[in-house]
Amino acid sequence: MGHIGPKKVLILGSGGLRIGQAGEFDYSGSQAIKALKEEKVKTVLVNPNIATIQTDSTMADELYLQPLNVETITKIIAKEKPDGILLGFGGQTALNLGLALEEQGILKKHKVKVLGTPVTAIKITEDRDLFKQALAKINVPTPKSIAVKTVKEAVAAAKKIRYPIMMRSGYSLGGLGSGKIENETILRERASAALHNAPQILIEEYLGGWKEIEYEIVRDSADNVVTVCNMENFDPMGVHTGESIVVAPSQTLTNTEYHTLRETAIRVARHLGIIGECNIQYALNPKTSEYRVIEVNARLSRSSALASKATGYPLAYVAAKLALGFRLDEIKNSITKKTSAFFEPALDYIVVKIPRWDITKFKTADRRIGTEMKSVGEVMAIGRSFPESLQKAIRSLNIGVSGITDHAPIADPRQEIMEPTDRRLFAIYEYLRTGHTLKEIHGLSKIDPWFLSHLKTVVDMEKRLKEDPLNPELIQSVKKLGFSDKAIGKIKKKTENAIRTLRLTHNITPVVKQIDTLAGEFPAETNYLYTTYHGTEHDVTRSKKPPIIILGSGPYCIGSSVEFDWCAVNAARAIRSLKHPAIIINSNPETVSTDYDECNRLYFEELTNERVQDIADFEKPKGIIVSVGGQIANNLALPLHTAGYQILGTDPRNIDRAENRYTFSALLNNLSIDQPEWQEITTLERAKQFGDEVGYPLLVRPSYVLSGAAMNVVYNADELTTYIAEATTLSPDHPVVISKFIEHAKELEIDGVANHGSIVIEAISEHIEYAGVHSGDATIVLPPQRLYLDTIRQTKAIAQKIVRALDISGPFNIQFLAKDNDIKVIECNLRASRSFPFVSKVTGHNFIDLASRVLINQSPKSTDYETLELPYVGVKMSQFSYQRLKGSDPVAAVEMASTGEVACIGRQYMEALYLAWSATEQAVRGQRLLISIGGANGKKEKFIPLLRQLEEAGWEISATEGTQALLAQNGIGSRCVYKASEKLEPNVVSAIAEQQVDLVINIPNHQKSATLTDGFTIRRLAVDHHVPLITNAQIAEIFLKCLTTLDRDDIPVISWKEYLT
Amino acid sequence: MKPAQLILQNNVTFSGLSPAWQTDLCPGEVVFNTGMMGYIESLTDPSYAGQILTFTYPLIGNYGVPKPSLWESKKIHARGVVVSEACENWSHHEGTVSLLEWLKEQKVPIITGVDTRALTKLLRESGVMLGAINTRISNLESRIWNHFDDPNKENLVGEVSIAKKKIYGKGRKKIIMVDCGMKENIVRCLQEYPATLVRVPYDYDYTKEPFDGVFLSNGPGDPAQCTKTIEILKKAFTYKKPIFGICLGSQLMALAAGAKTYKLPYGHRGQNQPCLDIKKNHCVLTSQNHGYAVVEKTIPAGWYVNFRNLNDGSVEGIANKTLPFFSVQFHPEASPGPTDTRELFKQFFSML
Ligand SMILES: Nc1ncnc2c1ncn2[C@@H]1O[C@H](COP(=O)(O)OP(=O)(O)O)[C@@H](O)[C@H]1O
Ligand SMILES: Nc1ncnc2c1ncn2[C@@H]1O[C@H](COP(=O)(O)OP(=O)(O)O)[C@@H](O)[C@H]1O
Ligand SMILES: [Mg+2]
Ligand SMILES: [Mg+2]
Repeated sequence: MGHIGPKKVLILGSGGLRIGQAGEFDYSGSQAIKALKEEKVKTVLVNPNIATIQTDSTMADELYLQPLNVETITKIIAKEKPDGILLGFGGQTALNLGLALEEQGILKKHKVKVLGTPVTAIKITEDRDLFKQALAKINVPTPKSIAVKTVKEAVAAAKKIRYPIMMRSGYSLGGLGSGKIENETILRERASAALHNAPQILIEEYLGGWKEIEYEIVRDSADNVVTVCNMENFDPMGVHTGESIVVAPSQTLTNTEYHTLRETAIRVARHLGIIGECNIQYALNPKTSEYRVIEVNARLSRSSALASKATGYPLAYVAAKLALGFRLDEIKNSITKKTSAFFEPALDYIVVKIPRWDITKFKTADRRIGTEMKSVGEVMAIGRSFPESLQKAIRSLNIGVSGITDHAPIADPRQEIMEPTDRRLFAIYEYLRTGHTLKEIHGLSKIDPWFLSHLKTVVDMEKRLKEDPLNPELIQSVKKLGFSDKAIGKIKKKTENAIRTLRLTHNITPVVKQIDTLAGEFPAETNYLYTTYHGTEHDVTRSKKPPIIILGSGPYCIGSSVEFDWCAVNAARAIRSLKHPAIIINSNPETVSTDYDECNRLYFEELTNERVQDIADFEKPKGIIVSVGGQIANNLALPLHTAGYQILGTDPRNIDRAENRYTFSALLNNLSIDQPEWQEITTLERAKQFGDEVGYPLLVRPSYVLSGAAMNVVYNADELTTYIAEATTLSPDHPVVISKFIEHAKELEIDGVANHGSIVIEAISEHIEYAGVHSGDATIVLPPQRLYLDTIRQTKAIAQKIVRALDISGPFNIQFLAKDNDIKVIECNLRASRSFPFVSKVTGHNFIDLASRVLINQSPKSTDYETLELPYVGVKMSQFSYQRLKGSDPVAAVEMASTGEVACIGRQYMEALYLAWSATEQAVRGQRLLISIGGANGKKEKFIPLLRQLEEAGWEISATEGTQALLAQNGIGSRCVYKASEKLEPNVVSAIAEQQVDLVINIPNHQKSATLTDGFTIRRLAVDHHVPLITNAQIAEIFLKCLTTLDRDDIPVISWKEYLT
Repeated sequence: MKPAQLILQNNVTFSGLSPAWQTDLCPGEVVFNTGMMGYIESLTDPSYAGQILTFTYPLIGNYGVPKPSLWESKKIHARGVVVSEACENWSHHEGTVSLLEWLKEQKVPIITGVDTRALTKLLRESGVMLGAINTRISNLESRIWNHFDDPNKENLVGEVSIAKKKIYGKGRKKIIMVDCGMKENIVRCLQEYPATLVRVPYDYDYTKEPFDGVFLSNGPGDPAQCTKTIEILKKAFTYKKPIFGICLGSQLMALAAGAKTYKLPYGHRGQNQPCLDIKKNHCVLTSQNHGYAVVEKTIPAGWYVNFRNLNDGSVEGIANKTLPFFSVQFHPEASPGPTDTRELFKQFFSML
């Protein structure tokens, strides 16, 4: 058989990371590109997510950093003339886009063949009705359901199916209108609301409490099929699998159950005609073993990324080969290198995944979890007992707990067990600890007793640990249950170090085991490793040549995302190209860095002080790189250094000097570099006094927190008082830091690499929003467009001073405020920052490659890199996930809120900005604007000329009262819409909900959220109804300029290579 | 639980824990199985007679033990069990007792807390070997203890075969089922077809009775020991009626045809063995449990290889070119394991 397929293949990426669609698609896209390249197939990738590995110069033959929409792809197809397209590697975005291209006849017209699963099959899996019908044909059960068009029908249907029922909105707005319904009264209410928005709803049998099980399936065009992995949810049906703790393989299924579901999975894949990879989700009745199929995803998914990492079976790579026409038995098992891809991995370890949430970052968002995704990332852990894997995973979450025993008290654990929140696991543990029974908890949560009783085992061990002396036998036992040295220390009132020392004197250390896909049955050369205390022997010996350990990023969360995976992978590639063995440690399954072909050895492990030391003790590395994995890795620099391990690059004491506010501030003073006035305070009086001294507004924050968590701007003494009350309850151990908040200041950043205190390369980028929008949320342009030359000169000079003073070797990032050429430094990170991939790809110089050379003491080839005079412009824009976080206020402020980013390159500033905006899935499709600008007049005036131009260009403008009046005064025609609270028509509510507008501009008063205001209602409505929304004045201004001056249909598609050469 | 050892023929010992009731030293041939579930089916599979079974999956016993009608035979046949962790907190609606309770009831020794991966690698490198679970002699003594008897020299098939002929169903076609240690699920699979099933002991000469087809079951140990069964089978060949063999049955068919068998270094025991159906050029995933295999170059003319192992290329089944005789080394009845090859029973029935 072999490759019969196309010569040039278009691959659709997934765009910016957002809740429900995160880094896993960098993994799948990257593997697809590797697989295609092996077969000498030319690849064209479209993905505006610049922070990914797949958009690296070494990956696809052609790369388009462009929005993923029909117009753009059509242009790219016309230009590139691919003969095949892959839709299954870029998540739901790519799949939907592919379906749209097919429906509009574009693929047919340009003779582009959809590779892998045919579109007809995809359509069936995407349409609930068709899907149920298709499965009924082969006698596979799906949840009973009745489609209804009226409330009366709904009531009748519910009676038939019996309460509680699951209501699903046929045409659903981000899951709006779906959920569990207990009785007729609620049904009447909810059904009538839902039928208001949709012609039809589905009344479905509610399967809450059934086991939720998934299988990953691969099938080739010759009908060879295997299920690569199955997974069981700790949280039963009712909690989305993406929100559930998941174990692999399933733990509580009998052989018969396992194989009934496996056989069904194969029948379904066969019946649908899947070619490549798909995922099937089941509900399994724990009392009767009956089952239902919930859905099939005919594409790579988050679960398939997890399954790949859990088993070592490279699903995406294999799926890409299958799409080219290969058979499973023609593809090699890339771990054993001897056997083929037609087999099902046998695991001899247990894998636990836990989602990572950041809900608390959004003050008004609901903490409860359910059938919709809210988590922003996940971690995976490998061990040889459930508690061991679970506790490793808990630590990997990086939420400040050293194990399950170490969570802050929860006020009402029972409530959070019954109505799950992001911390249900800890609530269960606490409830068990206070003596409640497994039976009661099972009753409240329906979580299988198997899982609960393991938690009980840990509770009992914790008790024993409290009471008994810490002898070797006890240490061994608690280690087998996954207790960390730190957790043991907390219980025994000793330091982590003391426990470690004690442990080492008794020779109690974890063993290193391999993941080999065949449970040891075949000799395998695998470099995929984990550690466990359930073992007496290492599978491997230490690396022959002293390796370099690279610490990865840990879980994706707000503030730390795929950009750090890009940094880690690029560091590993550079280190290997310089002939040093590279070891990666990471705990995040949604990454490329955990593909075992990206390094010499991969430790899928927690990024904790303890485990990194364990690995370093075993491997005896030449050094450890802490500066490419974001803040988790960076925070390990000093403890590892203190414990005597070699940290590569800048001296960890200097890293600490930059991290510590006092020492850094003193350093700036010494260097005569200006900084916003600040003070660390412990009493409210002191704070007020400071406010009086320097004047409001003030920026208030607890010290040592990443990405502005709990940061706030206050505009007067009252706000200050209220906020401090909140913040101190938030973190009682930390004093509060208050700075003078500089209004209307420009913000800029320097990303760079230095070698022993002198700069090798640096790039200055400019924020479009004024300071006050977190640098992780801000729109960033490179090269800078509107900075004074003097500003650039000054920032460069400052950077040089700091670099010299801290004797920086390696990557760094400095953030500045600039107001009228007056430059202040706000912070300096002695590590790669989130903008490293952006500056690397826009300038064409790989900053991480240069940094890696410096880190291993190789002098960079040159120090003369052009990063300012570029013949094009790059704009990076943040991707938010407000849609998923019901109730959150969609306004960017000093606390970071975005979950991802995109970047586009244009011939000029506005073009790049417009493309980037479109790439955040906010394409403006018509010419109807709703504008509502609050606050003092003067803010509105700026927009008058722009709005006039817009009107002239044929736009239809609606405005709320104040804004409308001003427009009228200036002779600009607009329709007045009432505010939500006015309850009169025409109203903003109907205007937005009924999609009568194509763009909403609402600029709130301060950057401060007030949720009960009319402005909040407008913003939330826009987000909930997928209407593009602008909330920042600087963005509004430039975007309106784009709308009036750009010929939007005429923007050419230019590839990254074309720009750079 | 108390300290225990797994003693191996090569003088390596693994320490672990055993339940208090165990006080003896229990020898057997130490083998490993890589299946992640299906411990009930495996432990009650008569093919494990004489063996100490190591599970490579670290958590065994998660769903407890169901009632005997769901087992593969009336009792546990393995002589001992080696695991990393025996789960006491089992949970399942079909469960009745825990794994440890069951083993105690059945007087089958277990050792837990063993680094089963290290053990598996050792068996893979040195081949399966004799060993014993020890709770009798001291740790020190155990290091030099060396009184192993090879169970493969015993009449294992004789021990596990039924004593008396047994008849199931009353269909028009009559199938002789030669029980060399037959798994119950084979009976269940064949019962799906309208046939009379006559289950006979391994040494029963069925050629004197009328029959429409012969089925040769799985079973323990070295096939070359089953001389009687082979003699009878040779006679059965002359009737030219359909014959279907599974596992040991496949080896017996090869031996009766004139081929030879050999002992694999560490056998195939697991649920993920990929095989190629050579005629259809189609891949199937199979469940396996065997220590012996057919020597390919001894397969006589007139026979061909119908299935081949995709991992090591070994013979996974043979068939006669002209007569309706075929066999597979794997377990189409699954239980435990994948059900990809169930159709073979249908194929057999349709040949009758
Ligand atoms: N009928 C049902 N009863 C109870 N919970 C359900 C039902 N259907 C789905 N769910 C829950 O909702 C989650 C999401 O549903 P699913 O159909 O898988 O949508 P998605 O496309 O978001 O994955 C599932 O993971 C499951 O936990
Ligand atoms: N003194 C200040 N005046 C105005 N804006 C500020 C000031 N300090 C910080 N900011 C804004 O707050 C954001 C976050 O502050 P920063 O110190 O960079 O926090 P983090 O450590 O989370 O990156 C900055 O990107 C900037 O927009
Ligand atoms: Mg779930
Ligand atoms: Mg789903």
